[in-house]
Amino acid sequence: MATAIAADGLSRSFGTVRAVDGVSFEVPAGEVFGLLGPNGAGKTTLIRLLAGVLLPGAGSARVLGLDPWTDGPGVRRRCGVLTETPAVYGRLTARQNLGFAAEVFGVPLPEVACRVNDLLARFSLADRADEPVGGFSKGMKQRLALARALVHDPELLFLDEPTAGLDPAASRQVHEMVGGLREEGRTVVLCTHRLVEAEALCDRVGVLAKGRLVALGTVRELSERLLADSPVALSFLDPVSDAVAGEVGAVPGVTVEERGERHLLLAAPDDEALAAAVGAAVGAGGRVVAAGRREHTLEDVYFALQEAAA
Amino acid sequence: MNWRAVRAVAAKDLLEVRKNRMATWSILGLSVFFSVGMPLLIGLLPFAAGPSGGDLGPFEQLTRLLPPGQQDLPIGSRMVVLMLGYFLAPLFLIIPLMVSSIVGAESFVGEKERGTLEGLLFLPATDLELYAGKVLAGFVPAVAAAFLNFALYAVMVNLVSAPIVGGAWFPTVPALALAAWVGPAVALLGVSASVLVSTRVETVLEANQVSGLLSLVIVALMVGQGSGLLMLSLPVLFLIGLAIYGVDVLLVRFGAAVFSRDRLMARA
Repeated sequence: MATAIAADGLSRSFGTVRAVDGVSFEVPAGEVFGLLGPNGAGKTTLIRLLAGVLLPGAGSARVLGLDPWTDGPGVRRRCGVLTETPAVYGRLTARQNLGFAAEVFGVPLPEVACRVNDLLARFSLADRADEPVGGFSKGMKQRLALARALVHDPELLFLDEPTAGLDPAASRQVHEMVGGLREEGRTVVLCTHRLVEAEALCDRVGVLAKGRLVALGTVRELSERLLADSPVALSFLDPVSDAVAGEVGAVPGVTVEERGERHLLLAAPDDEALAAAVGAAVGAGGRVVAAGRREHTLEDVYFALQEAAA
Repeated sequence: MNWRAVRAVAAKDLLEVRKNRMATWSILGLSVFFSVGMPLLIGLLPFAAGPSGGDLGPFEQLTRLLPPGQQDLPIGSRMVVLMLGYFLAPLFLIIPLMVSSIVGAESFVGEKERGTLEGLLFLPATDLELYAGKVLAGFVPAVAAAFLNFALYAVMVNLVSAPIVGGAWFPTVPALALAAWVGPAVALLGVSASVLVSTRVETVLEANQVSGLLSLVIVALMVGQGSGLLMLSLPVLFLIGLAIYGVDVLLVRFGAAVFSRDRLMARA
């Protein structure tokens, strides 16, 4: 599979602050790649570097095979960028905003009107296409900004906090759009600090902390690498008695990590131990209604990484 | 140079200015004041002075600078011709200067204030193309406004003064040269300076304040005329225009050379 982005040792400082510090990673074409990190972690700076808008202090990169700092316009012509704030022109209409972008991105003249109309329809903006954007809701502006990012049919999309400030319905729409972009085979770099969003949408994630890339991989890879075995949850019909908790805790290799009113959270090294724990609970009179491993979430991984980086 | 991108940036800015009521009304107000109000006011002078024409004091000396055909006019009429045709004509340059400065000052720092700068910098235009688009966006309406206002001023001057001067007499050749040669130079001066300033300040207000200093050029021309030190003859106008174009070229080249996406983005 072709490589859409290859960054090697990218760094950039602003004054004494090192915003991006020796970041290296690759994104294959067609992947939805998540860049995670708290505010100020360096996500936006990294996008700006890769789009050739900021110059690096050190390091190198290839984006769609091009050097972003010697061929910035070439890279940007093939990329769509959704900035953190929608950055649409409030005095212009939605149609004029898209028309302007189409002109600068070099969409062939005979296709401009058709492309703009298609996008307005696709992003449910056709009804208000000729109204000034200043009167639009945040969700509508975000949809317009996303439409603008797609006006030149880019191969690679940088989406910086695409659901920031959106209500759940609008966020869901954006998620569906990202899913649609993946199906179209586009490469997407999604910057977010919404972990559920990243978990749902991204094939792989990179976690940034204080400008450094502290982890890279799928959520499963990261949890296997960074966290202990997933805990096992035993759920009971009745409140957990001391006898049940004691018998389960006595199973070799099993530790009760958390005791709730109707559940136990166990550390069990394998399925044999899990089966023994369930047997012990039943033997002690516990009426087990569910037993299973709780997979580590991206949130677990993320906070473990941020804690380690602090 | 991708001229399509340059034109698109300029057209977008022009559209934004057109939809900016504050800017539109400022430009219209200025136009009405200079091109309609002033000729009307000055044209009424002889009537206010009465049939004897009054005493013009030191200004009477200046009326001797008028062309021979106009030396024979009554003193009040001479004053009108002198004021409208010579003293106030340089003031007309305020129009291209202000229009270009208003648009130019808005260019980059205005985008920053409105939160659209980042989107602009992510466009696939080179730094030079972006800069050229912004300069063009200020230059074109400034020159158009200048020519329109000059035409309007000419009509108004003739309307109010023809009865006392004895016919249409404006524009004079120096006034035409002022409009056609010096006007565009001043427009370019305004936009090249204000776009340059706009890349380096934090607010539109700051950009406007710095750009406002350029009006001193116009004041200097007016003082020169009013004091009799500088009669804007054709050779003098040619040299003044040439000097301003020279400054324009330096400013545009300097502005384009120091314009940096990286610096703008780093400060955004």
